[in-house]
Amino acid sequence: MSTETGHAWVYGDNVDTDVLAPGAYMKLPVEELAKHCLEAIDPGFAGAVRPGDVVVGGENFGMGSSREQAALALIELGVAAVVAKSFARIFYRNAMNLGLPVLVCAEIDGIARGDELRIDAQRGRVENLSQGSVLQCEPIPDHLLAMIADGGLLPHLEKKLAGGRA
Amino acid sequence: MTLAEKLVARAAGRDSVRPGEIVTCRVDLAMMHDSGGPRRVKPMLERLGVGVWDPAKVVVISDHYVPAVDAESAAILDLTRKWVQDAGIDAFHDMQGICHVVLPERGHLRPGLFVVGGDSHSTTGGAFGAFMIGIGSTEMAGVLATGEIWIRVPPTIRLGWLGRLGPGLSAKDMVLKMCGALGMSVGNYKALEYAGPAVAALDMTERMVLANMAAELGGKVGLIAPDETTLAYLRDAGAGPAEAGDWQTDPEAEIEATHDFDAGTLEPQVAAPHSPENAADVDAHAGVAIDQAYIGACTGAKLSDLHMAATVLRGRRVAPGVRLLVAPASTRTTQQAAADGTLAVLTEAGGILLPSGCGACAGLGAGVLAEGEVCISSTARNFQGRMGHAGSQVYLGSPYTVAAAAVAGRITDPRGMLTEQAA
Ligand code: SF4
Repeated sequence: MSTETGHAWVYGDNVDTDVLAPGAYMKLPVEELAKHCLEAIDPGFAGAVRPGDVVVGGENFGMGSSREQAALALIELGVAAVVAKSFARIFYRNAMNLGLPVLVCAEIDGIARGDELRIDAQRGRVENLSQGSVLQCEPIPDHLLAMIADGGLLPHLEKKLAGGRA
Repeated sequence: MTLAEKLVARAAGRDSVRPGEIVTCRVDLAMMHDSGGPRRVKPMLERLGVGVWDPAKVVVISDHYVPAVDAESAAILDLTRKWVQDAGIDAFHDMQGICHVVLPERGHLRPGLFVVGGDSHSTTGGAFGAFMIGIGSTEMAGVLATGEIWIRVPPTIRLGWLGRLGPGLSAKDMVLKMCGALGMSVGNYKALEYAGPAVAALDMTERMVLANMAAELGGKVGLIAPDETTLAYLRDAGAGPAEAGDWQTDPEAEIEATHDFDAGTLEPQVAAPHSPENAADVDAHAGVAIDQAYIGACTGAKLSDLHMAATVLRGRRVAPGVRLLVAPASTRTTQQAAADGTLAVLTEAGGILLPSGCGACAGLGAGVLAEGEVCISSTARNFQGRMGHAGSQVYLGSPYTVAAAAVAGRITDPRGMLTEQAA
């Protein structure tokens, strides 16, 4: 999908929705909220992350609330994808619905903060240019790939409703 | 089939389903609150150019930003009220309490239903034998537009509880024990089903704690097979015809894993900052000095929770320098607790009453914490910064344990302070 590269921001297990989208800022527009994304565990993140960068997590990334601002804040900051060993189920669906590719990859332990990565969501591949390695992720189910190709659930539904069929 | 499979099969219009299959389900009921609901789905439905597929199947409950404390929260509530009118939704419970408590209280849930809720603790509906999952706002917009949702049929993990809870112990101790023992991702993409004599002995408000905090165990749903206790609650709530019927896991059904626990030997549990999975016997944290004790949230301020706090607080006083905040989970809870004398016990002990709503649980309303402050709370989550400053510390415990800490000024085993049950 993408031939762009970005740098890795690496976090541990159980990155939760309250640190991704802190409650205190939830009533503000997402542009404001995004400035506080991950602030509790990495105060420098929102200011330094660049469009195309990739967030790398451990197990159960995005656990907690159903607030999709957790994914929206990452999108707002230009994050191109999230790669983790596993995702909390609501975050996984929210991110895909919003068009943020999330990849389940068992072998991310070797990725270091700042590594240059190239993500291919369609083929489920993470290329680590800094280390010269390629990681294979779990394939994304076909119906979700179709949705991502449309840009997320809303554009997908728009198409469906316009066409009068699935 | 398992209970989860039976529920999904019915909603998918199929005779049977298998774990791992992806199926499309018809939604019987969709519940939204003021934070993830109208303010987020309104522009999406406008973009799609469609209305709500069936306004009679939608329930909206304002709880996150109530009562409004500033212009932003007031605007969110204003939008919610107007949208509900425009969309023709009759079931709007405005400032009546927290959605997961109000929904069954007002008779919206029944065994066999397939329900989506715009909140992660929507798993609470599983206590009533409904397949109720939490979803995000875009997903909700999709449901409102089409009345359908795809899901992957989950395998079932059985969480069995033998024996019987001793005095001063509650469902919150059970679920924190499971968080500590099994971790917060054990239920990811799976159906959790609670069973066994200690679960059957719980009343509905206590069963709701287990189902609610299936979210903390990562579960897609947290089910309890309906029985006479369920049906009696639903009759009182005016839920309409409900039957336990075949809504239970067949003896020969395939279960992915079973974890058994013994209620008889359970000690009060306390989860240290910043995760429910840091749960341990209360002794491990005994002596930790606190600034605030908070009895609130969908999981921790129902009538049974206020009763538990009252059994500790009757005839006692909150320690000097400590504040005890009580935010009853619903207006009906407040009325019942006023009628049976529980509220008087809590306020005479020095407890301060707050509005019914999410409040400090998610750092939205009154009772948030300053940097360095320590709180013990009957809520479900103690993620870093959730209840206020990122440098605050939140411990989780049962209402008994929270009340006992308020009296002692430090975390302590509540079993030394039990009096006769209030009311
Ligand atoms: S009380 Fe807390 S856990 Fe319950 S719905 Fe509100 S914010 Fe969520």
